[in-house]
Amino acid sequence: MNTANQYLKAIYLIQQQDNSPAATGRVADMLDVSPASANEMIGKLESRELAEHEKYKGVSLTDEGIVRARDALQTYCIIQRFLVNVLGVEEFREEAHELESVIDGTVAERLDTIIDRKPECPDCFDPELDACGCLNVEIEPEQPAD
Amino acid sequence: MSLGQQVGSDRQLARLLQIGIVLEEVVEARASRHYQSLAEEDRTLDAEIEALLSHAAEESADHRKRLEDLIEGLNVDSVPFDEIETLVEARYGQTKPDDFDGVLYDQLCNEETAYKFYDDLIEAIEASEASFSVDREQLLAVLRGLREEERDGVEEVTTIMEERE
Repeated sequence: MNTANQYLKAIYLIQQQDNSPAATGRVADMLDVSPASANEMIGKLESRELAEHEKYKGVSLTDEGIVRARDALQTYCIIQRFLVNVLGVEEFREEAHELESVIDGTVAERLDTIIDRKPECPDCFDPELDACGCLNVEIEPEQPAD
Repeated sequence: MSLGQQVGSDRQLARLLQIGIVLEEVVEARASRHYQSLAEEDRTLDAEIEALLSHAAEESADHRKRLEDLIEGLNVDSVPFDEIETLVEARYGQTKPDDFDGVLYDQLCNEETAYKFYDDLIEAIEASEASFSVDREQLLAVLRGLREEERDGVEEVTTIMEERE
């Protein structure tokens, strides 16, 4: 997965949470980047017809953008499930963030064949907890950084 | 959270190499399972496919060893390989192909996935300026070697599939 996919995933989740276009500031916050960087990437997504940006309202994904975002989210869920359910990794969020940019969807699919596949994925994902809903552990909310 | 396709630490690299080992275990487990099921069900074995699967299982075991050697050189706690091996074997011990076409197609998917994994990993390491506990050039040389062998594997399976069409 590349950076564009990480933006698509963030926009998708914010749109789902807010039920409206995603404000650029919210996207920047979620990805921990500057608003200028978020603006630049949103422009690139627009030029690829994956997103539409409306001034003062925010950014919405196109149908193709939604498909890409859901694929990216599914890959992220698979990585989290693999880390927790197979490897027993405690700091799975941090590691999943690091791995999602390198692990392609095809590879994630192959990893997912080792664990029980969930038909509800990626709708199982809880953006508040930043966690897949099919993890074999009780998930505590993420502690904010100091 | 960092954005972009990069590998930035020993820990992240070790985890990715561990994922490589899991993918190789999947290939090895599936190839040997397929190999065994062909031997049981069809005594007039297809020598070409038999050789392909036998070679794939041996190659994956060798790839795993090379990845484990790289992880040993990294400054991270060891990772539990035995449990993963058991898990992969348990999962793939239950599946078997319907026919020769299914075996070949499955093998092609395995080789393609492994190739894609090494290709992305090499790109991410090349894009990173991080230093690791293992020599960077040696690391890349090993991974490029693995990618090359996966590419050969894809070509080998594709050739057999084309000949049989």
